[in-house]
Amino acid sequence: MSALLTVEDLRVSFPTRTGVVEAVRGVSFTLGRERLGIVGESGSGKSQTGRAIMGLTPPHAQVTAKRLAFDGIDLLSAPPKLRRDLRGKRIAMILQDPKYSLNPVMSIGKQIVETLWRHEKVGRAEARKRALDMLAAVQIRDPARVFDLYPHEVSGGMGQRAMIAMMLVAGPELLIADEPTSALDVTVQLEVLSILDRLVAERGMGLIFVSHDLRLVSSFCDRVLVMYAGRIVEEIAASDLANARHPYTQGLLNCMPVIGADRHPLPVLDRKPEWAL
Amino acid sequence: MTGVVSVENLSVVYDDFRALDTASVEIGAGESFGLVGESGSGKSTLLRAIAGLAPASEGAIHVLGRELRGSRREKAFYRAVQMVFQDPYGSLHPRQTIDRQLMEPLAIHGIGDGERRILKALDEVGLGSGFRFRYPHQLSGGQRQRVAIARALILEPSILLLDEPTSALDASVQAEVLNLLEQVRRDRKLTFLMVSHDLGVVTHMCDRLAVMQAGRVVERLSSADLVAGRIGEDYTRNLMVASKGFRRKTA
Ligand SMILES: Nc1ncnc2c1ncn2[C@@H]1O[C@H](COP(=O)(O)OP(=O)(O)OP(=O)(O)O)[C@@H](O)[C@H]1O
Ligand SMILES: Nc1ncnc2c1ncn2[C@@H]1O[C@H](COP(=O)(O)OP(=O)(O)OP(=O)(O)O)[C@@H](O)[C@H]1O
Ligand SMILES: [Mg+2]
Ligand SMILES: [Mg+2]
Repeated sequence: MSALLTVEDLRVSFPTRTGVVEAVRGVSFTLGRERLGIVGESGSGKSQTGRAIMGLTPPHAQVTAKRLAFDGIDLLSAPPKLRRDLRGKRIAMILQDPKYSLNPVMSIGKQIVETLWRHEKVGRAEARKRALDMLAAVQIRDPARVFDLYPHEVSGGMGQRAMIAMMLVAGPELLIADEPTSALDVTVQLEVLSILDRLVAERGMGLIFVSHDLRLVSSFCDRVLVMYAGRIVEEIAASDLANARHPYTQGLLNCMPVIGADRHPLPVLDRKPEWAL
Repeated sequence: MTGVVSVENLSVVYDDFRALDTASVEIGAGESFGLVGESGSGKSTLLRAIAGLAPASEGAIHVLGRELRGSRREKAFYRAVQMVFQDPYGSLHPRQTIDRQLMEPLAIHGIGDGERRILKALDEVGLGSGFRFRYPHQLSGGQRQRVAIARALILEPSILLLDEPTSALDASVQAEVLNLLEQVRRDRKLTFLMVSHDLGVVTHMCDRLAVMQAGRVVERLSSADLVAGRIGEDYTRNLMVASKGFRRKTA
């Protein structure tokens, strides 16, 4: 399997009033045309890893890597124009905060159409149709109504799916999905996963699936990276998640509320300072 | 009408779309009540209507024995009822530090001792004092949600409206936040109305729940019944099946 993405020793840090925050501290992995899960504690650097690959790190932050390459293109030395062209067309990211990432003053449908136009020359009617089809594909019940709604007029899960539709409409080769289904009810969640699954299986898309839902990740992905305090602490085959070695991963598995199990209070992690070394 | 929160035949209509269609729920004092159901089924709308943030076109809302009309809510209402929104980024002010956002409700309600309360609230949700002077965009998704929870708790309300309070959190922080919510509920005799799409979370936190679909409450049942499979509606049964995780359809 040829690598679609190579990440070697990626680091992201932010200067703040109270010192430098090292959000990502030496992350390395390669991705083929597969489903890679990233799980990890809140604040462990999952989103910042995705953003760095996309080129969406805030300007005042520092990004370094020994190598950050997409399909042979060195991303860190690529001219801004090339990166912009890649972004949205060949590499797309579903951001964690759908409402924040959508433009509040433009209707959902228009945003999808505009995204499509940025990457393809298609007529108005064709673009509208593609946008409606995409909304239907992400299981929006009434695409024609939702097409004309503004972000504040849709529910949390609808906003999330609108964002997914927008990212998929241009047919990316690499999709970074940051908690793409966390606001969805379980039945819709599975339908959205099936869509992503098909894109990987049929179109050979590479997928980085960031989630805190271990159960979901282990049933969906091929491989899982576990992050803690800006580093990868464990890599496991998804089917083998139950045999995780790192105490953080084991702890994560143990502290989920399970239907039918009556555990009050839930077990919590006893975080050890050495995990963050 | 015996509930602390009682919603009777409530409808919310946008243009000619019925986001909420004659929905009723009744929540007793100290109870923890769950709302589950399909995306877009009106769960957030129900919570927002109680908070005066969504226009009710028919039906009645009573909270703590008083009927709430229109979208005006008195200061005392916000002291007693706090809401944690589904979208933490949207509910935090982007240009204000965490400190300022936690201070604001205290100032509005004339509560002193801000310094101590803020440090305590941040500590309760597992954020160290290092986060106090940051802005929302300098936090991760889960950290923002914890700030939103801290802000709701800082006024020591008696009713919490929780809209997917932990869906942005990883399992370890979720466990901490759920334990915290259970503990404050017990200690302060709080009443919860909680939306979650995670049946594991809902059955863990709530005694009873309502299942919503297309603006309507289609089923009310106890968590115990749900867990035992004593389910009336097919839709509820589908939710249970889907909770078991992703299954690749083999061609
Ligand atoms: N602009 C910023 N300035 C300072 N620190 C930041 C900034 N943006 C993010 N951080 C910090 O970087 C760390 C990693 O953040 P990131 O968003 O990648 O976490 P995450 O793993 O996605 O967490 P979550 O599951 O909560 O979304 C966090 O501790 C966060 O507070
Ligand atoms: N201001 C508005 N204008 C038009 N329609 C609206 C408005 N607010 C909500 N709606 C519609 O009301 C319906 C219910 O939305 P609501 O946010 O209550 O759903 P939900 O059950 O919370 O879903 P989710 O699980 O996705 O958060 C949606 O179809 C939404 O588009
Ligand atoms: Mg994140
Ligand atoms: Mg909602």
